[in-house]
Amino acid sequence: MEYFLQQLINGITLGAIYGLIAIGYTMVYGIIGMINFAHGEIYMIGAFIALGTILAIGPVGAGAVVLAILLALLVAMMLTATYGWMLERVAYRPLRGAPRLAALISAIGMSILLQNYVQLTQGARVKTLQPLVAGGFTLMEHDGFEVSLSYMQILIVVATIALMTIFTLVITRTALGRAQRACEQDSTMAALVGINVDRTIALTFVMGAALAAVAGLMVTLYYGVIDFFIGFVAGIKAFTAAVFGGIGSIPGAILGGLLIGLIEAFWSGYFSIEYKDVAAFSILVLVLLFRPTGLLGRPEVEKV
Amino acid sequence: MNASPPLLDVSNLTIRFGGLLAVDAVSFRADDRAITAIIGPNGAGKTTVFNCLTGFYRPSSGALALRHGGQSFALEAMPDHRIAAEARLARTFQNIRLFPQMTVLENLILAQHRTLMRASGYTILALVGLGGYARAERAAVERARFWLDRVGLLAHADDEAASLAYGDQRRLEIARAMCTDPVLLCLDEPAAGLNARETGALSALLGEIRDDHGVAILLIEHDMALVMAISDRIVVLEYGRKIADGPPSAVRADPAVIAAYLGTGDSDGMAAV
Amino acid sequence: MARPLSAPAGTLRREVSDALVFALIATALALPFIGIYTVPATAGLRLATRLPDLVAIAGLAFVGRLGLGLARGPWAAGAAVLGLAVAAIGWVGLLPSREVAVFAIAAGLVVLIRGAMRAARGSAEPGAGRRTGADALADGAARLLPYLGPVLFVVALVLPFLPFVDRRLLDLAILVLTYVMLGWGLNIVVGLAGLLDLGYVAFYAVGAYSFALLALHFDWGFWACLPLAGLFAALFGILLGFPVLRLRGDYLAIVTLGFGEMIRIVLVNWTSLTNGPNGISGIPRPSFFGLEFTREPQPGTQSFHQFFGLEFSTLHRVIFLYYLILVLALVTNFFTLRIRRLPLGRAWEALREDEIACRAIGINPTNTKLAAFAIGAMFGGFAGTFFAARQTFVSPESFTFIESAIILAIVVLGGMGSQLGVVLAALLLIGIPEWFRELQDYRMIAFGAAMVAVMIWRPRGLLAVREPTIRLGRRRRGAPS
Repeated sequence: MEYFLQQLINGITLGAIYGLIAIGYTMVYGIIGMINFAHGEIYMIGAFIALGTILAIGPVGAGAVVLAILLALLVAMMLTATYGWMLERVAYRPLRGAPRLAALISAIGMSILLQNYVQLTQGARVKTLQPLVAGGFTLMEHDGFEVSLSYMQILIVVATIALMTIFTLVITRTALGRAQRACEQDSTMAALVGINVDRTIALTFVMGAALAAVAGLMVTLYYGVIDFFIGFVAGIKAFTAAVFGGIGSIPGAILGGLLIGLIEAFWSGYFSIEYKDVAAFSILVLVLLFRPTGLLGRPEVEKV
Repeated sequence: MNASPPLLDVSNLTIRFGGLLAVDAVSFRADDRAITAIIGPNGAGKTTVFNCLTGFYRPSSGALALRHGGQSFALEAMPDHRIAAEARLARTFQNIRLFPQMTVLENLILAQHRTLMRASGYTILALVGLGGYARAERAAVERARFWLDRVGLLAHADDEAASLAYGDQRRLEIARAMCTDPVLLCLDEPAAGLNARETGALSALLGEIRDDHGVAILLIEHDMALVMAISDRIVVLEYGRKIADGPPSAVRADPAVIAAYLGTGDSDGMAAV
Repeated sequence: MARPLSAPAGTLRREVSDALVFALIATALALPFIGIYTVPATAGLRLATRLPDLVAIAGLAFVGRLGLGLARGPWAAGAAVLGLAVAAIGWVGLLPSREVAVFAIAAGLVVLIRGAMRAARGSAEPGAGRRTGADALADGAARLLPYLGPVLFVVALVLPFLPFVDRRLLDLAILVLTYVMLGWGLNIVVGLAGLLDLGYVAFYAVGAYSFALLALHFDWGFWACLPLAGLFAALFGILLGFPVLRLRGDYLAIVTLGFGEMIRIVLVNWTSLTNGPNGISGIPRPSFFGLEFTREPQPGTQSFHQFFGLEFSTLHRVIFLYYLILVLALVTNFFTLRIRRLPLGRAWEALREDEIACRAIGINPTNTKLAAFAIGAMFGGFAGTFFAARQTFVSPESFTFIESAIILAIVVLGGMGSQLGVVLAALLLIGIPEWFRELQDYRMIAFGAAMVAVMIWRPRGLLAVREPTIRLGRRRRGAPS
């Protein structure tokens, strides 16, 4: 029971991080109908920028920790968003209207480029960071096994819920959100009624990248271990989460992320940690086979 | 009216999309060697009926039976590619679906895929040069040549399908459907976007397909002059329901049909005929 | 925001402000990675800076963008001088690091060339410069194209005996040919059938491990294992393909990617069978009709050099391997050329064009796709067997996602479905980077950049001309491609 509870907490934390990355996939897929293949790399870049910012701020006292995290969050979101903007500008915009495969290849190219760029400039070695936010609650103790809930885990879940709420509001309530939905449905028509499609798409990438940066910061703070390769697997899992939840739906992305996180945590906890990635991929396959529109996605009728 | 069982027998066809009732208990029949038209205002469910017949949609309920050569095919239970290949029901699409980057000839050869696949020993024999594949391919080319000649595209045989003019693409799609050797040809608005001369040629072509090749035609069309001129029987749908069914003269005089068309103010509708 | 460079030149002030914005963005991008880096310290990490590099990058971005902007307008000559100056500064070593200097020289030269071309043409069409250049290049290439295939073929045939060819070049040629074969195999799946497979490396791995395991446990040789490995890979293709082939486009891509990774994870973790990350070594080398390439053959057998009365040389084995992969690759090629003209091959292409239309004319999409998947997988398996035999060692490390990405890039860059395009793309992506081994660290960066650049330059691939599979008319042009 205690072990179960602990895995549940760990799974939710992990799932929140996947969910944040998944929002980026879901938004971009919604608007241009393509997988942003370099999104995992954007998350990795966010993690590195967060690490750099935290190191630049230097050691802080307990009282300033919140301030330091907020600052790191702001810097990481802004600079990572610049990368998201650049990605769209370089790898996607010139290929709008080209065969879909061309954009996919250019995105894979960008992903390889970014990964090696970070490896080259930052080194291939794993970066470790001393925990900035230590401590937490002990929920229960039984036979020497403690179930703990750390402050960091609380922070991650709270931040995820807050951001999901904000972004859902942005999409449902603001002009930008309306423009995004218009482009999703018919970009030619959207352009005709005066929506700047280029800017809307660019902003979608920027928003996705900013959220990936949040995930990057959380991972840096929570696990304290990052390297240039973390984007690949996290990217696939987050995409799985987006598909699982129903691509195009932001609550779906979070739900999918939580489920993937939980499955991974329980699988590692009870079966085998080596095959945890296999579990995630198998779920992707099963979901696509039996419910391709995901849990919260709208069913699509094939037009003939 | 007709004692022998019809070629196509649609009974109580119903299709729901979520809560929307797109087609509501529609029954009609199409006879052998006859042109049956399905008309009705936009959104009446005509194309949806077609998509059920050709297996792209599964009907919510109802039976679709196609009978020929002593066999009966329950279309509602067959996958689309088998409907085309085994039940021998061919179709065209409202917004033309050719293989755009392939040549006109290739489009027609592809329509004979099943025959050629068998002749090639499912690829294995033909790969090593055994079996009569070369002969089968020559026969396929001859059939393609016949239809190309018939629809006036012989000179364009080696051009990319996408490079053809709109009217030519429509005729190519009909030729491709005919190359599958169908017993029932389903045409979804074949005259849409054609000029008067092209429509006249189409009318002659459809008559020839029925009379010379013995292929029945099921036709969705908005061009009432064409429909009235060539149809043996007309089925009228409105809001997913059948409101009339009979020979052109009877349908033309049917008050329900006139009301349906006048009510929508459809400019190319009944009032214009 | 910065305007696209295809727009006509604005005023000088406009260009300067554009360049400033561009430099600002470049600085924001460079700051966290080029400007700072982490070094291990007593407790964890500390930051170190590369401020000079960052400043140099910012300056270069400004000058480079300004130069490109000016090169479109009446100041083209000035831009050329600016470009020359930048390149010169890079050349004489005034810049903080070698990387930045190389970057400066390249950027300077680009500005110089574009400025000079524009200045030389005077007041010709604004903004047309680059497109004409690229088009002229493409036109020239198109004229030579019919001869390129045969020429490459002849060169490939005699390559080992050309005077300048050494062991290193031959090894490189074997590597390139392996990728050509993989590219041709994947071309069936992606290029012809239009199925986006991002996990092709799985079949390569299945082929390699099948041979390795059969050789290890049953002591079977290369030639006995080759067909079996192909068969296993094809079976895997069907097994994996069956559930997922009705998925469309990007979904199929991500699922195949997942399968590729799953196979690799199993190879790493199923230690009792695969020896895990350590891999399997001691895989036998292929023999030449039973003749081994060893100095001292087993008693009672003859080796290659004894049989032919030659002086022993390790080069014999390399040359043999070269011809082996050449033959395997050509078999793949001729198979594809042949099957394109058969109903199955045509159905693949039709499926790529419009699956719904295929169904409407009675083509069974599932079977057709499965056939493509299985046949593509089979050739991947063959290539894997060769790979294992050549390395005499396999480990999961050789079968990562990046390999799949490289093979897919070769197919798409070459021009979907074009056989010759695969060869060109393999030479471009594998041959050139391998040859410049000194640039090891930058290889993958350049590789990624090349993928982006080629796709933007030619979204349909290098050779995107489709040759019809059957003609009514008698006219035939060009060589099979």
